Amino acid sequence: MLSIKNLHAGIHGKEILRGIDLGVRSGEVHAIMGPNGSGKSTLAQLLAGRDGYEVTAGSVRYLDQDLLAMPAEARARAGLFLAFQYPVEIPGVSNALFLKAALNSIRKQQGLDELDAMDLLQLMRDKMKLLGMDELLLPRAVNEGFSGGEKKRNEVLQMAVLEPKLAILDETDSGLDIDALKIVADGVNGMRHPQRAIVLVTHYQRLLEFIVPDVVHVLSQGRIVRSGAAELARELEQHGYGWVEEQKAA
Amino acid sequence: MNIQLESWEHMALEQIPQFLAGSGVPWVSQARQSAFERYMAHGLPTRREEEWKYTDVAQIGKRSSFAPDSIPADPSSEAALFAWTLAQQHPHLMVFVNGYYSDGFSAIGELPDGARLQSLSELLDSSAELSPELFDAAHEHTVFGALNTALATDGAVLHLAPGTELKDPVYLLFIASGHGAAIYPRNLIIAGAGARATVIEHYFGMLDAHHFTDAITQIELAADADLQHCKLLQEGNASIHVAGIHAVQAARSRFGSQSFALGSRLARNDITSRLTGPDGHCSLDGLYLLDGKQHVDHHTRIDHLAPSCTSREYYRGILDGESHGVFNGKVIVHPAAAKTDAHQSNRNLLLSRQAEVDTKPQLEIFADDVKCTHGATVGQLDDDSLFYLRSRGVDAESARSLLLYGFANDIIGRVGEPGMRTRIQHLVLDRLPQGEQIKELL
Repeated sequence: MLSIKNLHAGIHGKEILRGIDLGVRSGEVHAIMGPNGSGKSTLAQLLAGRDGYEVTAGSVRYLDQDLLAMPAEARARAGLFLAFQYPVEIPGVSNALFLKAALNSIRKQQGLDELDAMDLLQLMRDKMKLLGMDELLLPRAVNEGFSGGEKKRNEVLQMAVLEPKLAILDETDSGLDIDALKIVADGVNGMRHPQRAIVLVTHYQRLLEFIVPDVVHVLSQGRIVRSGAAELARELEQHGYGWVEEQKAA
Repeated sequence: MNIQLESWEHMALEQIPQFLAGSGVPWVSQARQSAFERYMAHGLPTRREEEWKYTDVAQIGKRSSFAPDSIPADPSSEAALFAWTLAQQHPHLMVFVNGYYSDGFSAIGELPDGARLQSLSELLDSSAELSPELFDAAHEHTVFGALNTALATDGAVLHLAPGTELKDPVYLLFIASGHGAAIYPRNLIIAGAGARATVIEHYFGMLDAHHFTDAITQIELAADADLQHCKLLQEGNASIHVAGIHAVQAARSRFGSQSFALGSRLARNDITSRLTGPDGHCSLDGLYLLDGKQHVDHHTRIDHLAPSCTSREYYRGILDGESHGVFNGKVIVHPAAAKTDAHQSNRNLLLSRQAEVDTKPQLEIFADDVKCTHGATVGQLDDDSLFYLRSRGVDAESARSLLLYGFANDIIGRVGEPGMRTRIQHLVLDRLPQGEQIKELL
């Protein structure tokens, strides 16, 4: 589904990603772990199509398309979704309007009928219930005045409504207390599907107790320095990121 | 002084026309005459005056005449249809065409006991109960106020006895019809103690009609009264509009004003409130959405004259093309106004390099123990927000429109009357690319 080859990229002339190789297949859940500044968020934002990054070498194929050549909205319409580390507040635009605009853009692209108002509302309500979210958030402006936890849940709600083929969750666990973390994890687990891939970008192993990945990658200084099964995350938690560096040097 | 002399020459108005309402009432004629003299003595404002620094009204002086029509005009068929549509939605509708009350298009409906709604001309011609205070120079605020006193043709008078509550808003529709008309509406709202009402003023004109409107609305709120006032300026793109909305508030009264300036070539709104009794509240909000060569100027002034009053002011502008916006918001906290809580903000989005805004929040504090803040911003759409929307599949153009709609909607959401809120939301979306699609999602 996603194939990243030797990706080098940076911003303002500073190289941040220094040769990423990563392959993700349908049905898989991958975790990308790494210390601050390792390039995790840069990779996530670059894949979602944020302007401003310079790709100096390498390629990214997504569903047999050149992902880097597509504008952000085309990537979303092709089924790619990024849950933001810092969700943006959009004053004056209700959650309901935002979700409708997003879903109908994507459905239109996929040749599906736009959902009518009643069906949409029902869909949004169902998904909110699964995530333990208050329906009163629907008429409220997107993320405005939301707590950190509400914002993160709202990202997962958008994912649940938009049903992407490839979901990248950037630090979705940060700022969540343990109860909220469990609810969010249940929501994500509920979306595991043979036709869908999920990439969890996280600093801590905590999230991976609840969403058990098929593959764990360790990102350090813009490169994937180690990949392994779920146990790798636990080893990392025990030994710290320095351990990977030492092992690599050895 | 040459500029003023030129505009005098163009005035083509030697004396107050005899056909104006109240011409048989001595104090009315007297008040009109002295107001006219005040206008003649001053002439049109020039940019040398601080209050008119950013707004050039010299083009008004090029008019062939300032005289109002002597007889009521007919509305265009489009305006007539619109008035008819409004009458189906609003039980208390007064329609004015070129400044004259139109009985045929109006539907004042059933009002509760204690509420009286009638036209100014009817009141002036029929009764002596109005006092000369109505046309006192203190209501003028600008030289256009004096011109309005001299030439006011008609307007709405809403009188609420103490404790009267209007469930439905009073909708005042001012239609500008034909080309070249000079239109002078004068409205009066008097709310007795504890009375509550919402009044909507909607100025409606044809797309390319050029006319001149000079309007005044006087508002008096007794103790504990609550008046919400919403003005929608939707005149054609060749029109000139100057208006004053002036409130005086007694203790614990609440006044809300929203000013939406969407259409006109040149507009100037002076909106003021005087908080004369303790614990009053005043909210002044506004939105200007401009493009082409439009110029819209809002001058607001809140006088805190008594202790423990609060005021809030939120004005926003979206400016495209070569348009020019002006915001000047004065908040004056007088020595007696301890424990004043005042907040003011003006935010602007510039969508083109040629668009321009002059913003000047002004805070003058002469009292101790007050909480006052103000701020103004001028900027562009936020890249993070745009990316967020695009990452959800929304194309760049629609994403921009959604963000602009949201920016405007923060102000529109402050309108209490749902029908009016929807009307303004739709008018804003009509002006935005992909707005039709967004409308369907609302």
